[in-house]
Amino acid sequence: MSLQLVANIVVLAAIYALVSTGYVLIYRVSRVLNLAHGELMMIGAYLLVATAGAFSGNPLLALLLAAAGGLVMGMVVYAVLMRWLTGEAVLAAVLITIALGILLRGLSILIWTTQQYYPGAMFGWHNPPVRIAPGVQISAASLAIVLITVIVYAGLFIFLQFTRWGVRMRAAGQNPLLAEQRGIRLHGIYAFAWGLSTFTASLAGMLLSLDSGVESTMATIGLKAFPAALVGGLDSLLGAAIGALIVATAEIAAIQYVNPLLSDVVPFLVLLIVLAIRPWGLFGSREQLDRV
Amino acid sequence: MSEQASYKQELALFGTRARQRRLAAALAISAVLPFIFSPFLLDLANQVLLASIGALALMLLTGFAGLISLGTAGLLGAGAYTVGVLVREAGAPFWITLPAAAVVGAGLGLIFGLPSLRLRGLYLAISTLGLHFVVVYLGGEYEAREVLSTGVMIDSPSLGRFTLTSGRAWYFVLLAFAAFALLVSVNLQRSRTGRAWRALRERDVVAGALGINVQRFKLLAFMISATMTTIAGALFAYFRNFVSIDAFSLYLTVQYVAMIIIGGMGSIPGALLGAAFVILFPYAIEAIAGYLPARFSNMVFALDYAAFGVVMILFLLLEPAGLMGIWQRVRNTIAAWRAPKRARRAPQ
Repeated sequence: MSLQLVANIVVLAAIYALVSTGYVLIYRVSRVLNLAHGELMMIGAYLLVATAGAFSGNPLLALLLAAAGGLVMGMVVYAVLMRWLTGEAVLAAVLITIALGILLRGLSILIWTTQQYYPGAMFGWHNPPVRIAPGVQISAASLAIVLITVIVYAGLFIFLQFTRWGVRMRAAGQNPLLAEQRGIRLHGIYAFAWGLSTFTASLAGMLLSLDSGVESTMATIGLKAFPAALVGGLDSLLGAAIGALIVATAEIAAIQYVNPLLSDVVPFLVLLIVLAIRPWGLFGSREQLDRV
Repeated sequence: MSEQASYKQELALFGTRARQRRLAAALAISAVLPFIFSPFLLDLANQVLLASIGALALMLLTGFAGLISLGTAGLLGAGAYTVGVLVREAGAPFWITLPAAAVVGAGLGLIFGLPSLRLRGLYLAISTLGLHFVVVYLGGEYEAREVLSTGVMIDSPSLGRFTLTSGRAWYFVLLAFAAFALLVSVNLQRSRTGRAWRALRERDVVAGALGINVQRFKLLAFMISATMTTIAGALFAYFRNFVSIDAFSLYLTVQYVAMIIIGGMGSIPGALLGAAFVILFPYAIEAIAGYLPARFSNMVFALDYAAFGVVMILFLLLEPAGLMGIWQRVRNTIAAWRAPKRARRAPQ
């Protein structure tokens, strides 16, 4: 295996890892699987298109505004939709997220059409290739994805482990009833978890759009990141990172050595194998799993 | 009337006069409709009939047995591709391809159902979603290998000198299939199998304790549902004279899930209502789009997606019992409005 292949695997794993944090955060606090995550990530990328159009002279401001928009987006989704389903059957919540995904897909085409946008080019930035080792090149945006994924994971770890809100979030996930009795406002925690989830998804969407543009098919990448979250165990952040590495390795290997058409199906094959052998994933907690 | 009706009488489908009259009326209306309808309306009716087979199949699985599946599009695709491959490779006639599709469906149902022996709820939905991608990949792989840029063309089925092409002929064929699917569903629902499924849906541990063979009935639900779905897929291939894997996207699965939600979970008439609603919805949107600014009317499919998402959300939030729930409420209101009058008239 050449070094270039390893670099490609790391970049793809970073994308999946960054996107799958969103699945894990929401599942961990509320046991809801958000099937609109891919669409929310795509909207995040389109937010950058919008801010890049308005502030093309100031890329940093545009990026910050779009990232803030990503954070607010998840809170709005929770406040408008998911709040009504707190405490209801989880299935209804999952079906709502499917409906939300369809709605967002339609809205994004109505607003931005099916045209492909390159927010990088709108800033006059053309994503130069970077040599990271002799004979190994990745694009600058790919390098940024890897770096930001590492930063996001470190940030989330510190947040969940040491800050007051992070501890509250873990408490709400472990036992909502007890958490509420201790005075933790569940609605606030859930809304914040949704916000963080769409924030990281939007970051992934924006970085991907800087790399290869954004169009209406980007949502598929978000769905392909889901197996990564499940392989690692749906409630474990460390698991998501390792799951992403496994799925990315399998996918790149299949594309390289077997058949490029396998690209879309390999993550789900990995998912099926894990579901058959170890449904709670590598690092997931076993007792909470909805198993027979 | 004080005697208890025997089990046989309870089970009789058309035992009472009122039921016989209703059946006769339904048959008469469905026999006359194709001669009144314009070709466009006839095509709509055919689409609704075809969709109602798949909706009934999903209703059996999810509405009755409580097993969630996101594999409908994959199964429809598998049925359509069974026809496509057999026609292309062997020139097989429909009386071979349809049973073959049924066999494929039963086999896939077994495979789709195996995870249900270990997984429940969300995890089951995810495993069927994974299988969806596998089926779609196999179809895409076949198209790529055979270098078919547009999919597989399929001739209309023919028997002797008769070829099934006209919308009216299709109407009666699809009506027969849909009626058969309806009969199967009704019979399953009110017999031993249906009761076992309902027990499974409420609590499978208790169902097992009551002596129901949990594994057998779960697999049976998946196999029956998948067989119905692949047959619907095979009919779809013949109906459209064409199979392409692009037709079996995840959105198709969402549409079928929406049919049983919008119709009313756990109700057989609900499946039919939901199928009609979801099939007719895009045409309604198209009609409305004509009055919107050109910017929107040019993108009817996106408008359709957005509106469909909104309708699904509204049903899930405001009327989880679906159209059947609304109908029930309307009926109760009418009954409550009429009841006092009847009580006054009745002699004390």
